[in-house]
Amino acid sequence: MVQCFLIHTVNPVSTLAPGESRVLYSRVFAPEEGALTGADSELGPEQRRLLQNEKVAVVARQVRSAVTLSREASGRVLVETVLGEELVALQEADSGVQRLGRGEPWPGERSALWLGVQSLAFTLVTEPHENLLLAEGTLKNITRHCLEHLRMLGMGSEVLLKSDRIDVLLHRLLPHGQLLFLNHRFTQSLEKELANYMAQ
Amino acid sequence: ILSQGTVFLIIKVSWEIGEEELQKFYCRITKQLMGKEHGHDVIDSLQRLHLIMASTKYTRRLPVELHQRLLSLCVSSSVEQLTVLTSAVLRETLPPSGPGQIYTLHDHSPLPSHTAALMLSQAGSKEDLSALSSLLLRSLEGRPAGILSHLHTLPLLNTIITYCPESLTEDHVTLLSKRLVDWLRYASVQQGGVASSGGFFTGPRIRQPGPVVELDGCVCGDFFTVLCVSQAFSDDQWMNLYSFSLLRHWLITYHNVTDGNNSTDADDRSEVDGSVVSMVSATSSSSRLLPPKERLREKSFQYCQRLIEQSDRRCVYRAFPCVKSLFGRLNSDLSCSRVLLPIAQFYLNHGETAAVDSECVWRCVFGVLPAECFNDPYLAHETLSFIRANQLQLHSSVPLYTHYFPSLLKFLAWDSPGLVSDYVDVLPSLVTAGTAVELLHSLLDLPCLTAALTLQLRSACFPVSEPGGRGLSSLEAFRSPAHRGLFLFLLRGEAGSGDTMDRLSVLHDLLMEAADWSRVIQSAQSVPVLLHVYFNTVTTVSDERLLAQLVLVLLERSSLLLNIPKYTAEIHRVFSHHLLKLCKLHPSLVVDQSRELLEFAGTTTNIHSKEDLYTHVVWVLGEYLSVSFDSRCSVDLVTSCFEALEAVLFEITSSGSPSPRVVTSLLSALAKLASRSHDLIPRVSLFLSKLRSGAVSWCGSEEDVVAVVTRGEELWSLLKLPSVALSVLTPPSLATSPRWHRDANATLPPRLRTLTGLTDTR
Repeated sequence: MVQCFLIHTVNPVSTLAPGESRVLYSRVFAPEEGALTGADSELGPEQRRLLQNEKVAVVARQVRSAVTLSREASGRVLVETVLGEELVALQEADSGVQRLGRGEPWPGERSALWLGVQSLAFTLVTEPHENLLLAEGTLKNITRHCLEHLRMLGMGSEVLLKSDRIDVLLHRLLPHGQLLFLNHRFTQSLEKELANYMAQ
Repeated sequence: ILSQGTVFLIIKVSWEIGEEELQKFYCRITKQLMGKEHGHDVIDSLQRLHLIMASTKYTRRLPVELHQRLLSLCVSSSVEQLTVLTSAVLRETLPPSGPGQIYTLHDHSPLPSHTAALMLSQAGSKEDLSALSSLLLRSLEGRPAGILSHLHTLPLLNTIITYCPESLTEDHVTLLSKRLVDWLRYASVQQGGVASSGGFFTGPRIRQPGPVVELDGCVCGDFFTVLCVSQAFSDDQWMNLYSFSLLRHWLITYHNVTDGNNSTDADDRSEVDGSVVSMVSATSSSSRLLPPKERLREKSFQYCQRLIEQSDRRCVYRAFPCVKSLFGRLNSDLSCSRVLLPIAQFYLNHGETAAVDSECVWRCVFGVLPAECFNDPYLAHETLSFIRANQLQLHSSVPLYTHYFPSLLKFLAWDSPGLVSDYVDVLPSLVTAGTAVELLHSLLDLPCLTAALTLQLRSACFPVSEPGGRGLSSLEAFRSPAHRGLFLFLLRGEAGSGDTMDRLSVLHDLLMEAADWSRVIQSAQSVPVLLHVYFNTVTTVSDERLLAQLVLVLLERSSLLLNIPKYTAEIHRVFSHHLLKLCKLHPSLVVDQSRELLEFAGTTTNIHSKEDLYTHVVWVLGEYLSVSFDSRCSVDLVTSCFEALEAVLFEITSSGSPSPRVVTSLLSALAKLASRSHDLIPRVSLFLSKLRSGAVSWCGSEEDVVAVVTRGEELWSLLKLPSVALSVLTPPSLATSPRWHRDANATLPPRLRTLTGLTDTR
């Protein structure tokens, strides 16, 4: 299953320290491990939530450096794309997978799959022996929908104000973090429902 | 993309909203939610509220009334956007009162999916999760029709059991196993959706939905699977999808097989070769009599077989032959490379029981795939995960695994930052007595491998040389037949054809321009840490002869490295550290390799290019070239070493400004050697007394002078008493490894004291 999905920046942000990443959207599917194992039993729910946000921020930073290093090594020039060129942006995207070791930041090992589109990264964190092929496909699909439905290649701020669209997207394509073996017809069925929602 | 200004301004504003303004906002929303109709302004407010809640680090508590309103909307609203938004907002807040209070929603059944997500995120204990799972299972029993939300029961349960497998009781597991069998094996094969909605449209106008079809358009030949296609899907078909999606995890969590392979069940069925018709369910034995868990395993097996069959209708196999044929079909198709890893896992787990020759699998997975697909980050990640997960077994069952290390290193060469931590785990398994020397050379030339792989890709992309353009000289060299041999060796897939190449320096010259390519630099940065891992491991698998060889490689390669800034210095630092460790572990190495070590120490140019390593070599010579460490150390050997070092010392102090560190280490080494062969003492004392008298014109700063002169003084006074010098400068190993009460000499005084204390009756 997928532990969490996040959208975050990979280019320098003026209000942040270098190397930091601003998380624009995050959805954690797993219940808080600390509460379950009793490891964080001294922490109140407020502190647990804070801890969870910090962990998500750690992942964002790790992926940011992975994306930066990968782009540096490949030496490719980033092509600016605008609204309407979502498929091009997706094709040009860098992708990779980063191992998150024990304690970085979750007690168990995780794999962070990422797609770097222009100045943003879309990251899926999965359990270590998850079906990566399936996860990769799901991530690409989710990213495509995000780019289209949230007009992310434009100058707008829908990603912040219309985050319920991402929630619904994840709810269909990745319900509660479950990766699905969707053939093209199942996908079409889901996308029809999504289109109805997004049209509101 | 995303104007930084707008986005971050919005976030900033949300952060900085004042408390008063916020309370006013809460009131406004509460009033809005009171109404029956919830229009766009309500949606807007909720979106704004969510942004405010989500963008602050610290959790806010909502006013109780607002919280209750949001919760009831979440549970009861039929407008999806409202349930989504309210669920999202509530996820960012704390429960209204007191810790440990879960939402009591047992009267809301079926549990809407978004609400369940909320409960899951706020679960504070295992009991909460158990309660949630009981609720979900109860709703399954009821089997309400229509709305999509109950279909998410399985994904929810999967999440719960990932973190708390105990939240399902044995009964629950049995119940679910039965239901899973139903959904997997007995889902409807009619196209769903269109006519089943009933309602307004009846009559002959509506076409009856036909059966579902296979991917190639033919009518579905057997039971429904995720590879069946239809215009719309019925609820049980969706459940089929969800069931299969969680099946693997379910089986691993609750159905640990302790009674051997499933494949033995299949032996009694006849194999039908080449038949187009599906034989899977036609030949299945009556399995109704099996207990639920076994029945689920049986059905899962059938499901998977059918999936494989649906992927290619030509073959019908059972278990191993099935997997084997799959491998046979896929191993030549590189686009299916990642599927080969689960197949390899299968071979590793079951190959021996089935007595199958797995060599071709390993050659493909370890030899061919890394060589062809080194730039596929997902394949690299999965291959390394596979190796890390199965290291012990690979070591025992696949002896040729280490043989493929040159190929395996290609993943690392291409993407060092992403994979270096994986290789830190995996490298020890690749270090064996047989591969040690070749591996060391390969690690040192990792940046060259990176450059070569880059050139290989570029060469493939641009087959024809650009006429007179920005052609890379290294690319031309890569293509030229004169240097073919060099690159072929570098890019080899298997070990055993030689430790390294003769014309290594030629290769380094050819690749000179690659030294500032980012990828090559990243690769160079990962080598030192891997060398540390290598050296720490190699001492455990080598005998002295091999270690002696490694010392030689160390010395030889110190001047044979690709010229990347800082790379050489880093490697020298690693070499120095490990030379010391090796010699400390096996001091006789020094006597063994004295010739080469002396040659290295006697070459003055080494001082300038490799100061770090040089001082360590000198130190090692001084410390361990002694008969107490190796009986083969003759007086002549000590003398010739002394003379070599003395010559160097004279040379550097008479012309040029040597570093004080080099001088002092030479002095110490000479003193140590002299203490072992007393007729050398006058010679060194003479030099030392010259130092005392201040003839140190070749020193740079004041501090350097002080350092050198002080050391000179100490050694000079020490050497005036030869026997004392011997015990100080060449301490017997007894003194360096104290044995306290086990040592007869060391224990005598305490023993006497104890006896005196006991017998003294005063």
